[in-house]
Order: sequence, then C-alpha cells, then structure tokens
Amino acid sequence: MEEVRLMKGNEAIAHAAVRYGVDGYFGYPITPQSEVLETLEALMPWETTGMVVLQAESEVAAINMVYGGASTGKAVMTSSSSPGVSLMAEGLSYIAAGELPALVINVMRGGPGLGTIHPSQADYFQATKGGGHGDYHFIVLAPATVQEMADFVGLGFDLAFKYRTPAMILADGIVGQMMEKVVLPEFRPRRTDEEIAQQCPWAVTGRPEGRKPNILTTLELDSYRMEENNLRYQRTYDAIKANEVRYVEYFTDDADYIFVAFGSMARICLKAIEDARKEGIKVGMIRPITLWPFPSQIIDELSRRVKGMLVVELNAGQMIEDVRMAAMGRVPVTHFGRLGGIVPNPQEVLDAFKAQFLTNG
Amino acid sequence: MKEEIIVAGFGGQGVLSMGKILAYAALSDDLEVTWMPSYGPEQRGGTANVTVILSDGPISSPVLDTFDTAVILNQQSLDKFESKVKPGGTLIYDSYGIHRAPQRTDINVYRVDAMEATFDMNNSKTYNMIVLGALLKIRNIVPVESVMAGLKKVLPERHHNLLDLNRQAIMKGMDLVNG
Repeated sequence: MEEVRLMKGNEAIAHAAVRYGVDGYFGYPITPQSEVLETLEALMPWETTGMVVLQAESEVAAINMVYGGASTGKAVMTSSSSPGVSLMAEGLSYIAAGELPALVINVMRGGPGLGTIHPSQADYFQATKGGGHGDYHFIVLAPATVQEMADFVGLGFDLAFKYRTPAMILADGIVGQMMEKVVLPEFRPRRTDEEIAQQCPWAVTGRPEGRKPNILTTLELDSYRMEENNLRYQRTYDAIKANEVRYVEYFTDDADYIFVAFGSMARICLKAIEDARKEGIKVGMIRPITLWPFPSQIIDELSRRVKGMLVVELNAGQMIEDVRMAAMGRVPVTHFGRLGGIVPNPQEVLDAFKAQFLTNG
Repeated sequence: MKEEIIVAGFGGQGVLSMGKILAYAALSDDLEVTWMPSYGPEQRGGTANVTVILSDGPISSPVLDTFDTAVILNQQSLDKFESKVKPGGTLIYDSYGIHRAPQRTDINVYRVDAMEATFDMNNSKTYNMIVLGALLKIRNIVPVESVMAGLKKVLPERHHNLLDLNRQAIMKGMDLVNG
C-alpha cells in the first residue's frame, strides 16, 4: 500500500504532477499557490523524469509556454492565483481555440484587482463562463481536500487529452494552504515521442516523410470555416456535458433543504449540516466537483422535492446563477457568502440558513 | 476521539511549527488530521495562528468557530480566542507579555510559564516544544513517542542531532504543569 503523507494542497499538486509524468510546468510565483513552483523546484524532477520546471518572467509568458508545449502534444501545466489567471485569459482562449490539452490551476484569492492573499471563490464566473474571449469552455474541477488536489492533476490531464481541451483545477487558499493526509498517485513514466505521436496525431512535432504538415492556428479569416470550427468546439462541449458531470451528494435522501457549495466551502457547510442535524433540521448538500460542466440534472431533481436551496460561496453570488437555472424557480434559491478573503465559520453558515429559511412566520 | 485545537501567538514563536509537529504526531498515530494556518503578511512580527484538528473519524470543516483547546501565547490572541473556547474546554496560556489574565470560569485555564523556562534551558528556540510538552501533559491527545516520530519527519536530517534537545524541552513543559 502507498504511504500516507501529510502535506499542503499546493505541495500535493506538485508531487502529483511529477508522478503523472507531466512534461513541463511553467509558472510565476503568487500567494497563495507559490508552494506549487517551490515544491517542484525542490523535487528537481528534471533529474529524474526529465520534466521541465521553469519560472517564467510573467504569467503571460507562462501561459504562452503552455500554449507552445501543448501544441507539441506534451503534457504541460501552469498554476497561479486570481490576478495571475486574469493575465492568462488571452492565452487560455487561444489554447481552447487551438483544441489543445493543458492543465491550469487557479488557487483563488480575494479580488477584484490585486485584492488580498486570503481564500476566495470569486473567480467562478471567470472559470466557468469564459474569462478570455470567444465561445469556449474548459473543464473546471473543484477540489475540497488535499487528496483531491493530488487526484485532480491526473483526472484533469486525462480529460484534457480525451477531449483536446484545457482543464482547470479551481481551488482556493484554504485547500492550497492546509495540510492533511494524502496518498499520492503511483509513478508513471512520461510518454515517449512515439507514444505522443500515436496519441496526438495533430501535434506539431516536426513533419516525418510522407505526412501532411500539421498546422495549429486559431486564425481563420473565412467566417464560414470559423463557424465550422465553432460548431466542432460545441460538439466537444456537448460530449463533455453528456459524459463528465461529477458531484457528491451528502444526506440528500431525507433532506428538506439543500446546500450547494464547492471546494473548501463545502467542507465548512458539511460541519454546519452536522450541527443542523443534531438540532433535527434535515439539511443535505450537493458538492459539484465539475463546475463546468455543471451538475444541473441533480439540482433539477432535488428542486422537485426539497423546500429550498442555499448556495454558499466565498463570493457575492456566482454559482447561484447556475443553481437557479437548474431549479427553474420551483423552490427558493438564496445565497450566503463572505467576500474579499473572509471565510465564514460553520456557525455563521447555519445562522444564515436559519435566518433565510426558518424564521418566517 | 476528536480534538479541535487553536495555537495562537506572535509570528516567530513557532506557532505554525508546533501545530505541524502535532499534525505529524497524529499521522504517526493513524488519526485523521487537518492543519490550517493563518497565512500571509501577518506572519512577520504580527500574530499567527493555526487550527489543528485530530480525530479518529473523518474531518469536515478545517475552519472552526469554537475550540476544545486554545494555546495562547500573546495578549492579542487571548483577546481574540478566549471567548472561542467551548464551555468545559481548555485554555493554556503563557503569562509572559500577558497583562490581562483569562477571565472565564466555565473552562479549564492553565498558566504555563514557558518563556521563563527557556531561560532555564538557556535556549529560546525550545519555546514551542516546551509549550507543546505542557499541552500534551494537560490534554493527553497523542503520546510523546508519536510527537518524537512527528519531529523526525518535520526536522531535516541535518538537524536530527537536535531531537534530544527537543525531547528535553517537551519534558520540561510537562514538568511545568506538575509544578
């Protein structure tokens, strides 16, 4: 059995990347995720697996290094925190348009602007609705534990290569900075050039004799062909929506009310639920793991049998729009959140729930 | 078994390290554990705190509003966290630099003069281990041997010659509670 270790979420990401056989990491330090780059530098994987670890001169440079590396079929990644991810928005749009697999990690901090360095979930819109320009999406995974920080590196890359799309791990300062137990994934070797050529026939790796050139460009001056490209992207997104929705249900069987929360906020909600149930209040929870594609189906089903839903987020109300869309006005859907890096404790969540749902009349 | 602990004091007192050693001790004991630091600019000079939860079952929230045990190492932290100890819980504080002693009567309050003890040991760096020793004596959360195993993991190998000094500091802290 693999050894159980104790580490921070950020450190777990770095270890998992080396073990997955990632070819390259390009990043620029920013709190609260700097341990990703620091841990990779300490692990020195260039001496063992041959993985490249490079501190770029900026986030703009880092994401374009990812763009270049991904174009060659390599497994490449970057990590940053909110302001840094904003700088990467242009590159993300290009990577999505180029139909390139890559992994981007955002360990969110309070914004807007340079904001604070403390935990936030205020980049939900940016991650799930765009951020860069154009009709694109990428897969967004929301880890709630250090174990999931490690596991979602592999899952993110697997999905990115399966669908030829970037994937994002949308974490926050809590799950990045906290330590808990983790079992790291098994080591696997980096893919050989032959394996990459087989898995990624589209990759630009130098044209062998007799093969047509692979050209990766996001520019298409013929709008009819650009529409064709867009329709192809949309077919990919439809397939992802049909196959890759992931979420966890907690105490939904007998629940009168439902919390909807992701990442570390879901753990704080879980404690509030434990406390509520001690008082005989039947609350359950849906924790989306994929924020895009969003688990609309289960919200739709639950909205037909619960009395109300409280969406709890470290923002002013972002995921609530997706929950309301799925609940279609069948039940009240309200919001509780703290802003700018403040994290509510379980009692605050429970008090907010009672104030919003139990004090009328 | 579940113990929800906050350790709070100045940055530089070894607050986060003490929490980390406790967390590693829990790992050695096959307990579930979360270690959630206050992180950021307040670590230099200002206040620092860490929430450590040890449990034999799964841990939901790493962020808490109340604690079974608070280990308080400066006045600001006492002001902030005295009210956050659960009734019947434990508050351990070092009187060094404290000008207003804890007021509550519904919790178990222990004064541990760990800073003074560092003068006896002639080594101020043993401070957090002395505090940890006192905590272990008062709240029998994990055995000393698990703490030593945890220390071995936290300390880089080049510093393993300090393991014995740390054990002495832990014992010193335990004795402070006796006395």
